[in-house]
Amino acid sequence: MNTIRDIFKRPLVPGLISLILLILLSTLPVYGSDYNVILLTAILMYVIITVSWAIFSGPTGYISLAPAAFFGVGIYTMAILGEPLPLLVVVVIGGLVSFILALIVGALTLRLRGVYFAIFTFGLVVLIKELLLFWEISITGTRGRFVVLESNTTIYYVMLGIFVALMLTAYFIRRSKFGLALQSIGESEEAAAHTGINVTLVKVITFAISAFFMGAAGAIIATRWTYVDPYVAFNPLFSFLPVLMAIFGGVGQLYGPVIGAVIFAYLEEILLTTFPYYYMLIFGIILVVVILYLPTGLVGLVQKLWKRSSGEQHANT
Amino acid sequence: MRILEGEGVTKYFGGLAAVSNVDFHIDQGEIVGLIGPNGAGKTTLFNLISAALVPKPGAIRFKGEKITGLKPYQICRLGVARTFQEVKVFGNMPVLENVLLGSLFGTSTGMSSADAAREATGLLEFVGLSAVRATPAKDLTLANQKRLEVARALATKPELLLLDELMAGLNPTETAEAMELVTRIRDKGITIVMIEHVMKAIMSVCDRIIVLHHGEKIAEGTPQEIATSRTVIEVYLGE
Repeated sequence: MNTIRDIFKRPLVPGLISLILLILLSTLPVYGSDYNVILLTAILMYVIITVSWAIFSGPTGYISLAPAAFFGVGIYTMAILGEPLPLLVVVVIGGLVSFILALIVGALTLRLRGVYFAIFTFGLVVLIKELLLFWEISITGTRGRFVVLESNTTIYYVMLGIFVALMLTAYFIRRSKFGLALQSIGESEEAAAHTGINVTLVKVITFAISAFFMGAAGAIIATRWTYVDPYVAFNPLFSFLPVLMAIFGGVGQLYGPVIGAVIFAYLEEILLTTFPYYYMLIFGIILVVVILYLPTGLVGLVQKLWKRSSGEQHANT
Repeated sequence: MRILEGEGVTKYFGGLAAVSNVDFHIDQGEIVGLIGPNGAGKTTLFNLISAALVPKPGAIRFKGEKITGLKPYQICRLGVARTFQEVKVFGNMPVLENVLLGSLFGTSTGMSSADAAREATGLLEFVGLSAVRATPAKDLTLANQKRLEVARALATKPELLLLDELMAGLNPTETAEAMELVTRIRDKGITIVMIEHVMKAIMSVCDRIIVLHHGEKIAEGTPQEIATSRTVIEVYLGE
């Protein structure tokens, strides 16, 4: 009895909240200003990169610094194919190219553990950037590329679409036996392998799925930036920000990285506009404080406070 | 019938032969003890059987089929399960989910989630962990974590179970319970190879004992033969 009731009870409230949020988000261009649409596009972009990072790195504990590589691949896919092909097709291709790149890189490097894996994935960002730079200068003879223009509303809706697809994917991975296997790899990879889990396959596929969404997000945001070069597209900041945002929010829950990215992106916007000279400094201080005092992130903090207050209630009755 | 056979199984770590040219066989339905001083290569031999390491040279056959070169998950699905000397439970996951993973991924045919859950619940009862099914595995006592590892291994429906020091670090009561558990597993028709330092347990539970020393097999026989073997006594007590 209890379990059946729990199953019905559990997804209802978060599901309802998600639905309301989704309606609010999808009608935003109707009632919101252009500035709001652009701001929300940027926030959604950060959320997508952060959540897709957390899909893989959250449960497995492999810290990937490759997001900038997959994001940049998406950006360049749009820069190269944006003119001849329809927008949505290019967005999907951007995701697929990143997906395939992640399959190859994953198969080669997921044997590495800990800091070696982190450094290798970061090396990938630098490698692709330099290769592209070499190619553009010596073969095609260009430094940067202009990207097709799209309206702010179109960009916003595509970004929202990617976000919804990502959240559904993340939710189903979490709920499935595949997600359970992923988590067990993070707990003890050796035990997972000897319990019948094809650890390499599970890791590589998840790594590639997370890369798909980063690539798609890169492809669509490129149309907003209008001009890209390898330095802009493969900015290492896009490798570090998702890690920071996810830790800031807390990786234990699905909504942790979402909340982390939203607050972070909004904070960045406010700091950047009000303290243009000190914003990185303030940003840095906030980060240090979070990592020192909130190892489980904002969500962890809220859960702790919640437990404490509900614990007191029980003590009083 | 021979369920497991090793032929010239060898493993070097650098210049050191951790396991050196070991021939062995395990018959279906028996409990075999694997003993030897620290560093004798017992756990390395387990790692070679379960494919955590690959023998070079040498071959291992399971039910007549060569299994050298397969991946650990394949070995597990074929029907060889193991536990670890240093317990490796999935600490932050509830006890039930630990076992569930074995049923979901470790069996040769795979099973539905409902069947897997039923299977896992049954196994928790079998090893006596029903009461703590929802507890995170890291909060269990060492004895219970070892039971959990056994349950997780059994969930993969093995025909051969490798137990690596199941009784190390347990108090006398817990050791007795562990011995009783081992015989109950054998009664299910599962063949067992166990590494153990608790001699009382080895001598009373095992049908046959294999002794390793410096990576080589120095003796093999019934507990009675091993207890009176000159070579074994020399290795353990000095001359």
